[in-house]
Amino acid sequence: MKAISVEEAVAKIPAGASIMVGGFMGVGTPERLLDEVVRQHKTGLALISNDAAIPGKGIGKLFDAGLVSSLTASHIGLNPKAQQQMLANQIAVDLIPQGTLVERIRAGGCGLGGVLTPTGVGTTVAEGKRQIEIDGKAFLLETALRAQFALVHAFLADYLGNLSYALTARNFNPVIAMAADTVIVTAEHIVPVGVIAPDHVVTPAPLVDYLIANE
Amino acid sequence: MDAQEIIGRRVARELRTGHLVNLGIGIPTLVANYVPSDIKVFFQSENGLIGTGPIPEQGLAHPLLTDAGGRPISALPGASTFDSAMSFGLIRGGHVDVTVLGGLQVDAEGRLANWMIPGKMVPGMGGAMDLVSGAKRVIVAMQHAARGKSKIVRKCTLPLTSSRTIDLVVTDIAVIGFPDGKATLMETAPGLTVAEVMAVTEAELVIPDTVPEMTI
Repeated sequence: MKAISVEEAVAKIPAGASIMVGGFMGVGTPERLLDEVVRQHKTGLALISNDAAIPGKGIGKLFDAGLVSSLTASHIGLNPKAQQQMLANQIAVDLIPQGTLVERIRAGGCGLGGVLTPTGVGTTVAEGKRQIEIDGKAFLLETALRAQFALVHAFLADYLGNLSYALTARNFNPVIAMAADTVIVTAEHIVPVGVIAPDHVVTPAPLVDYLIANE
Repeated sequence: MDAQEIIGRRVARELRTGHLVNLGIGIPTLVANYVPSDIKVFFQSENGLIGTGPIPEQGLAHPLLTDAGGRPISALPGASTFDSAMSFGLIRGGHVDVTVLGGLQVDAEGRLANWMIPGKMVPGMGGAMDLVSGAKRVIVAMQHAARGKSKIVRKCTLPLTSSRTIDLVVTDIAVIGFPDGKATLMETAPGLTVAEVMAVTEAELVIPDTVPEMTI
């Protein structure tokens, strides 16, 4: 793990990159990284995130700035800008069930080719997918998801990069931290090694590439 | 008592001490207000919490503690937090005893459509498909009709949420179950007759010999 400035970190992201972003309706989202993505005007981004948040908050800022080319998410209903961009065909949106989305990312981070889920069987979600029967029950084959970058927000990060999370701000963060080539983290507090007890580390330090340093 | 309160109170009577319960947005959220004080349930918020509590007092909200809609909530003693993979493992894995969801249409065989209206409303399904596929018991809480049109239909015309059928639908005028896979009128709202409920219901209802009034 290397502690770097937010400017340096975002400079590593090329235009058109695939990026997973932590957060659930903007809670547990690395806001400082997203603000810098907007400032450096990284265009054509392929985003993977639970939702599109709301305009002005979390990942919603990237839609405000018109930086998104595609979005894989479970829900965009509370972001009218993302909806408009989808309906105007400015962005390609793949809406998938939330449990399937997180499992596809988990599979991507755990070396699995995909998962079998009953969710979506018999609905439009099943279109074009392989259906597999196991012990008489139907499942959909949902393939793994990975990205070039994961932008993670933690509550505590220690000097080595061990991470812990707070309350409902955990959500997709520890899952995406497993599933990207480069993992960049912001934390509410950077603390000495040992402050996070081994039993309380959720994301182990070797998974983290860059920690955004305090100003 | 308004329509939503009738629905909320009646659904709350389905909950039992020890249940792990997931409430959807809208009318289902109101159910938490009507749980009898002697019934102790765990409410799950799918963004990563079991043990959701009421909205905190002014000035006590924490920005990292919200419900799935991003609104501030509190956590009760004994609460636990977890990531989204665990949260949906609980849901899909049959660990949630009851989910209460809103509905656009429920049909005569108990199928539910509640996530999109093609060309009009395409918000994404969020957690709805997982909840219907995986929860032990699925209760739909919704108004019986929208703009004068029955939401209890012969066959869903909107895209289905799951191939799994639901267990119970509670509306402002009726409780409908699906024994033998057929919509069956279990209860009517106070003051309404069976004939009055049937008259405003598109789906054909099985009518048992006795149909009691809802206790709310």
